[in-house]
Amino acid sequence: MPEFTSRRGLLFGAAAVSTGAFLTACTSNEPSDKSEDKPSEAPVADDKPGKQVTIGFAGPQADHGWLNAINDNARSRAKKYSDVTLDITEGSNDAAAQIGQIDSLINKKVDVLVILPADGKAMTQAGLKAMRAGIPVINLDRIFSSPQAYRCWIGGDNYGMGLNAGHYIGEKLKDKKDAKVVELAGLDNLELTQQRTKGFDDALKNYPNIKKVARQAAEFTVESGQAKMAGLLQAQKNFDALWNHDDDQGVGALQAIQQAGRDDFLMVGGAGAASAFEHIEKDDGVLKATVLYPPTMAASAIDLARALGQAKGIGGMAEFEIPSSVTLYSAVVDKTNVAQYKPTGFK
Amino acid sequence: MTTPASKADQDGREAATVLAAPKEPSKPSSRRLTFFRADTQTLSLLGVLIALIVAGGITKPDNFLAVDNFQLMITQASVIGVVTVGMTFVIISGGIDLSVGAIVALASVWATTVATQEFGFWGILFTAILVGVACGLVNGVLIAFGRMVPFIATLAMLASARGLALQITDGSTQSVTVTSVVELNYKDSYVLGIPPLALIFAGVAVIGWLVLNRTTFGRRTVAVGGNDEAARLAGIDVRRQRLYVYLLSGLCCGIAAFMLIALTSSGQNTNGNLYELDAIAACIIGGTLLSGGRGTIVGAVLGVLIFQTITNIFYLNNLETATQQIAKGAIIVVAVLVQNRTSRNQTT
Repeated sequence: MPEFTSRRGLLFGAAAVSTGAFLTACTSNEPSDKSEDKPSEAPVADDKPGKQVTIGFAGPQADHGWLNAINDNARSRAKKYSDVTLDITEGSNDAAAQIGQIDSLINKKVDVLVILPADGKAMTQAGLKAMRAGIPVINLDRIFSSPQAYRCWIGGDNYGMGLNAGHYIGEKLKDKKDAKVVELAGLDNLELTQQRTKGFDDALKNYPNIKKVARQAAEFTVESGQAKMAGLLQAQKNFDALWNHDDDQGVGALQAIQQAGRDDFLMVGGAGAASAFEHIEKDDGVLKATVLYPPTMAASAIDLARALGQAKGIGGMAEFEIPSSVTLYSAVVDKTNVAQYKPTGFK
Repeated sequence: MTTPASKADQDGREAATVLAAPKEPSKPSSRRLTFFRADTQTLSLLGVLIALIVAGGITKPDNFLAVDNFQLMITQASVIGVVTVGMTFVIISGGIDLSVGAIVALASVWATTVATQEFGFWGILFTAILVGVACGLVNGVLIAFGRMVPFIATLAMLASARGLALQITDGSTQSVTVTSVVELNYKDSYVLGIPPLALIFAGVAVIGWLVLNRTTFGRRTVAVGGNDEAARLAGIDVRRQRLYVYLLSGLCCGIAAFMLIALTSSGQNTNGNLYELDAIAACIIGGTLLSGGRGTIVGAVLGVLIFQTITNIFYLNNLETATQQIAKGAIIVVAVLVQNRTSRNQTT
């Protein structure tokens, strides 16, 4: 009975659509009298320079320094351009809540969406929905599980972070016999932590004299950094180098090192916090370098979104279009180049 | 069984008799039984702790059985230990405080703002304690006079205190520059080989034990938790007593926040994450009844030390966090099963 099936399908479809419409209507937290910001209907227009672009920005709740820096970078970059209007949502760590916020941005018909999802896999549908509605998506850092859910992905390189940290430590210790290395990882149930560790291990394979003797996973918080580092120091009475995945937890780790009165190894951090840069610049302890995971990527995402909204390519590349994927380099910042990176440090 | 009313009636006097002659068989009373039960419980907990220390000594003799390792374990246990002492009072009074972790977070960020740090060591200490007590006061007023269920009132406090902590920090890590706070627990500051944070923990635990076992306040707390109606009929101001225990919990959180600031040299809105669960778990394996009316400080402190020893052994053997969590869960289950068994044996 094909008619029956299709009728049922039709009914079901209609129900789904109306439920969806109802839900999206309910999720908008924005006052409705903002219509003067509303851009023209067409999401992609002619290539006239300086065309007004409204960029919708949805990120997670800025509950730690790096995410806070992401928001700051996006805001200040957008302010730099007179032709960019930034519509930034209140961040949320709840995937469902963030999907609602993205829906409201879609309803407002922004020209381009920049999305840093709370959870890339769980929020792929939100990216797909925006793309289907004709709003191109710049996927920031945490990647959606389908390439159809974004026009361009830009983000950091977790594997590369581990790789560069491993190579830096490897070069420092390459002449030392039976060198021992310790790793203080981030939150273990995140894929990015596994990637960082894999990169680190792969780099160390190039140095047969170096052995990783211990690894503990902290939780990106100062408190966990202190507790786990104190345990590691007690367990490992002598080692030559430490890689700590994250400078926020590094504040706690450094305090644990001070409390234990240890200074017999070199430490490399991760992410690029202002406090880490200060220690590196002053050279006042074990912390000698940190591997970047640059929050400036949010500024670059605004640049990409603007170019996309104005249907242009980006400077320095021959193509008419922006690339579909940009992986940022995790530079090693040590005493020699810290002055250059200091302004990008987050608190 | 005597009713809690008569128990409350006699108040501290009875406690004194019991403590003076705990094993006198001619005068059966629930208080005496409780004391005896707590005693076997304490012994079994001590047994677990010793077994763990033996296990640590066997697996990593050099690192585990070292003075600096015991210094480290007590230091790392001290912050949650102080929170647990306050939590013990709340649970004995028949309540629950889910907001302890959030209060620690709020107090630690409030006490480490640039403005507070200008006032130095005492400014930070004072602010941390004041914020803790203020949060405890709000909890207490809501529960005692607003007639809110403790679970709900403190859940609301959990949400708003964390929110406020995030708003104050804006998500950033507030580094402490006051040297006397940062170096509070450095090796040079140890007193006769004891870390200062461990001393604070010991002080809070001893005062908590005295208050619970040797004062009218402690007796009243037990009476309110055992049967609040009977306590009221016996002339105890139940509402005021409730208010006081949440104030006490808030005070402990304030002290713990200060200790955490010294330990991490910073304030962060993620501080004290899941402290409520750790503190409740330590109370429970220490023999405190979730329904109130019974519990001991010694048990709670042993509970904290047991968890810390497990964590330490796992670190020394380089085991992952996931395994630690499984072991923690298993310990809670086993401890409660054993307690059920011993208490059943005693009542029959």
